[in-house]
Amino acid sequence: MLSVTQVDKRYPNGVLALAGLNLTVAAGEILAIVGGSGCGKSTLLRLIAGLDSPTAGRIALDGTPVTAPRPEIGLVFQEPRLMPWLTIAQNVAFGIRHLQAGERTRRVSESLARVGMASQSGRWPRELSGGQAQRAALARALVGRPKVLLLDEPFSSLDALTRGDLQEHLLDLWGDDQPTMILVTHDIEEALFLADRVVVMQPDPGRIRTAMVPPLARPRDRADPDFLHCKRRLLTDLGHASGVARHPVAASV
Amino acid sequence: MNTEAISAAGHAIATPSFAAADAPPSRPWSGANRLIGLILPLGLALAWETAVALKWADGRLLPTPSRIVATLAGLAQSGELTSHVLATLQRVALGFAFGVAAGTVMGAVSGYWTLARRLVDPTLQALRNIPSIAWVPMFILWFGIFETSKVILIAVGVFFPIYLSLSAAIRGVDRKLVEVGRSFRFSHGEMITRILLPATLPTYVVALRSGLGLGWMFVVAAEFMGAEEGLGFLLIDGQQTGRPAVILASITAFAILGKLTDWLLASVSARFLTWQDSFKPAE
Repeated sequence: MLSVTQVDKRYPNGVLALAGLNLTVAAGEILAIVGGSGCGKSTLLRLIAGLDSPTAGRIALDGTPVTAPRPEIGLVFQEPRLMPWLTIAQNVAFGIRHLQAGERTRRVSESLARVGMASQSGRWPRELSGGQAQRAALARALVGRPKVLLLDEPFSSLDALTRGDLQEHLLDLWGDDQPTMILVTHDIEEALFLADRVVVMQPDPGRIRTAMVPPLARPRDRADPDFLHCKRRLLTDLGHASGVARHPVAASV
Repeated sequence: MNTEAISAAGHAIATPSFAAADAPPSRPWSGANRLIGLILPLGLALAWETAVALKWADGRLLPTPSRIVATLAGLAQSGELTSHVLATLQRVALGFAFGVAAGTVMGAVSGYWTLARRLVDPTLQALRNIPSIAWVPMFILWFGIFETSKVILIAVGVFFPIYLSLSAAIRGVDRKLVEVGRSFRFSHGEMITRILLPATLPTYVVALRSGLGLGWMFVVAAEFMGAEEGLGFLLIDGQQTGRPAVILASITAFAILGKLTDWLLASVSARFLTWQDSFKPAE
């Protein structure tokens, strides 16, 4: 279980990015955090990843405080962030560099096979398409078999078809080890398609506005009326969250 | 749109893109392309040779290429050329090795560690601007007239471009890649060797090449301070005995050796840079 308790984050320039934030994520849960830009959702993810520390409050994984990056927590960024001087296999091996060479090779090929990239292992990052590069980044985050997988708008720079493909793929991957997943996104449809629970954040200062547990069976269908209903509700919440009351029908187009 | 449609379409799009991601066919370096670079020097040499042969110009102060070649051949025959070349090569190699080692360590440390940078960078920047010749008398006093002072002078010349480029390049490494290292809990050493140095390799190679070029310049200054052999000595000897052909033979040897070592360095390092996704001008 991951717990965020009364967390504040103030940047050195004085901006209060998060204020009094509380959040509990159960083991194996898929949580989506949505919100407009500047609502602190990426800041929150960085704190959970241990890349940044909160100004006040506490973040703990299974009771142990998170104060620095931890091996049980995997991270996928908005960009693939592959090292251009390493092949795909070498990039994936980054995550398990402490293992012995034989075991490492085995785990890397296994991980690349899981994301459907087995045939690309010897390639340079520059030779991959955007979707392939993000798959490789997923393999790198998963190769260490993390308990928690954090995803910071992982598919936002991909085209719609590749994005849909990878969203389904992510669910398949989750099915293997069932890690806790926290997904930050500005795409409501993505949040609803993937998450067990969707949290809406609002800015100035960043805090949680509402949370929704979509009453939708899996596999989810983006054209299902219930799905669309949930989407409309979230859009309304988001409209309020960013201070603009949008017309629900117009917003759902 | 339903999910099956998205998925099916996604696969259909993804499959041909594997083929499209294939590396572009490598351009074979044809022999003719390499030889283009010889047109300019050979053309100029030929023009001067012709001009002197036709008495349009006087070849006394600027000897013809054939006389320079003959001088080089004579020096080679007597064995002098080999000993001069070897003496100079050894100084450059040693000076370059020490300069590169020191410049790399200091550059990496001051690029990575702010306190070290604040401590040493201002001093090094001040020292950098001292002309090499200014050191000569002091180095002779401190390290004697023989090889040590010469190698140190060359090392000093090589040190600065390496130090400067590497420390600046480390500060220019993409924060996002460094963050990946942080998320995998890299130690400081791992961060430097596994992310910062590879990321700065393209800049580092250019720094090595300019360092090597400076090494060749500083070796002349070094050999001015009382050497008994070496191409710089040959040059001084030609000057003192009034033989321009010897001076030009020494200069030609410097040019050829400099070009060869630079080519060697560039082609060895190119093998480590195949990953670069850089601009390749059209032929």
